[in-house]
Amino acid sequence: MVDAPAQHCAVRMVNIEKYFGLVCALKKISFEVSQNEIVGLIGDNGAGKSTLVKILTGVFPPSSGELYIADKRVDLKAYNVKRAHALGIETVYQDKSLGEKQVLWRNFFIGRQVTLPFGFIDVKKEKEIANEIMINMIGFRGKGITVDSKVSKLSGGERQGVAIGRAMYFDAELIILDEPTVALSLKEVRKVLNFVHKIKEGGKACIYISHDIQDVYEISDRFIVMDRGEIVASLEKKDITLKALHEFLLEYAHGLKDSDTKEFA
Amino acid sequence: MNQRTSPLAFLGKIEGLPVLGVLALLFGAFIFTAPDVFTKPLIYMSFLQTVPPPLVLGLGLTLVITAGEIDLSFPAVVAFAGFAFSWAFKNLPMPVAPWIGVLIALAGGALVGYLNGLLVAKIGVPSIMATLAAQFFWYGATVLLAGGLQLNIGEVERTAVHHLLTGRIFGIIPAQAIWALGLAVLLWFILNRHKFGEAIMFIGDNPNVAQVMGIDVVATKIKLFTLMGMIAAFAGLLLTIEINVFFPTQGAGFMLPVMAAVFIGGTLISGGQGSVIGTLFGSYIIGSLQAGVVATGITSYWVQSVMGLIMAVAVALNVMIGEGRLARLSSRISHWSMPVRR
Repeated sequence: MVDAPAQHCAVRMVNIEKYFGLVCALKKISFEVSQNEIVGLIGDNGAGKSTLVKILTGVFPPSSGELYIADKRVDLKAYNVKRAHALGIETVYQDKSLGEKQVLWRNFFIGRQVTLPFGFIDVKKEKEIANEIMINMIGFRGKGITVDSKVSKLSGGERQGVAIGRAMYFDAELIILDEPTVALSLKEVRKVLNFVHKIKEGGKACIYISHDIQDVYEISDRFIVMDRGEIVASLEKKDITLKALHEFLLEYAHGLKDSDTKEFA
Repeated sequence: MNQRTSPLAFLGKIEGLPVLGVLALLFGAFIFTAPDVFTKPLIYMSFLQTVPPPLVLGLGLTLVITAGEIDLSFPAVVAFAGFAFSWAFKNLPMPVAPWIGVLIALAGGALVGYLNGLLVAKIGVPSIMATLAAQFFWYGATVLLAGGLQLNIGEVERTAVHHLLTGRIFGIIPAQAIWALGLAVLLWFILNRHKFGEAIMFIGDNPNVAQVMGIDVVATKIKLFTLMGMIAAFAGLLLTIEINVFFPTQGAGFMLPVMAAVFIGGTLISGGQGSVIGTLFGSYIIGSLQAGVVATGITSYWVQSVMGLIMAVAVALNVMIGEGRLARLSSRISHWSMPVRR
């Protein structure tokens, strides 16, 4: 495992466990993501990736364990989505990040509007900032898309760009991308990967979850492999080739590595 | 991208404009076919008197439908509020009776709405079922409380509440028209310029998105249904105080016309997008249809069919203009009709 004490951790989990009734969804999960690091989270369906993300983003609490954000322990009883946002954890989902029928500027600020007295929205200010984000952070230029465009007019890749730009604007320390490229064309996937590069350029940490090993390999500095609720490996990109990673994962898929899991857990 | 802009392209962008166009066309047609009636102010004054109660209901319903929900209980709330006011007016000491009546009616409406909200948002009953049940229950409760009888409150005409809510401004303009217009302005700002309205739009669009972006979906829905209950009670007050009488089935005829007005106005049945201004004009379209069609002298057998036809055309026009199809059509027509410029 990576251990660089001088570097801050954007997020650290220690012995996180989650039970749904008697079913154990996560077993003693411990890992960390440093600042300015992109970690690829890999695993088959049912490996526990989404459960892990939901705990991290405050959708539901773990059964036991500790969570640290920016080296500070989080009170898990008071932890929820709003709190996660306040602590700089942002999530970009495959399909539930943006309101389709709403204009872009509303999507940028939903849940944390710039307000005038009595809860009215400062539309002018919001449009200004949204325009700024569009041009400077995600580089939407001259495509006939403005802050007044509806999300339904955007391509899949552009939508993810908006969601990523929004996360960056709100000063996310850690951006979690949950399958951001599912159902996108190759060209659109390319756009999304470019946006992810911008996250790293901005000095932020990122957890990238995807089925597509090739994307994950290209974008990540490190890989965490999950299988049946456990972390079974943490690999540096420099230590493994794409081919070797692929083979490694296939072995898990075929259940060949069952006996080895303990040593990583 | 090759987007031809036509001189009419801006039409689809201005909220409520297509419906206003339909309203203008309609009145134009009425003026043409029934000039005796529609060139005199009386008929318009009468619309300003009869349209406000269903208009107020439509305005509230616009917000509910934008949130992807429905409220079928409002006709019963109209009756319930009418009874609450009339009862208070008859049974409480005089100078304060009508004021307390107004308060009780609004509080009663809020209570009905709050209970609807709990059923829908907390327990998860589909709103169409929860509010249909509520309609039965509160009509039943109203009939029970009223003993099935109507209450005449003719003396209400001499009270300040009557003058305030349904009096005649400058002797001619019905005050309820101004109240309804004021409510339209307020609700436009709430839906389009307030956090609450934005929450309503995102919930109607996709509740999962709203949830992960930190909107309290449950609390917002409960507030929304409570607001709808109060608005329905207000409509009940306008109706009861205008006609000086409460009867246990009042409001029953409002359900379908009010919904028609909301959808003619361009609010999406699937939620996520609603037009308060559209509902304002839509309500006047629906509210003037019957009188207008009758005044044209068409045989009475035809009246309903003609009304249905006009509604269908109004919605179709709205959809076409909203999607920019009319703009494209108009540019094509001008292309056909004008000589080719070189």
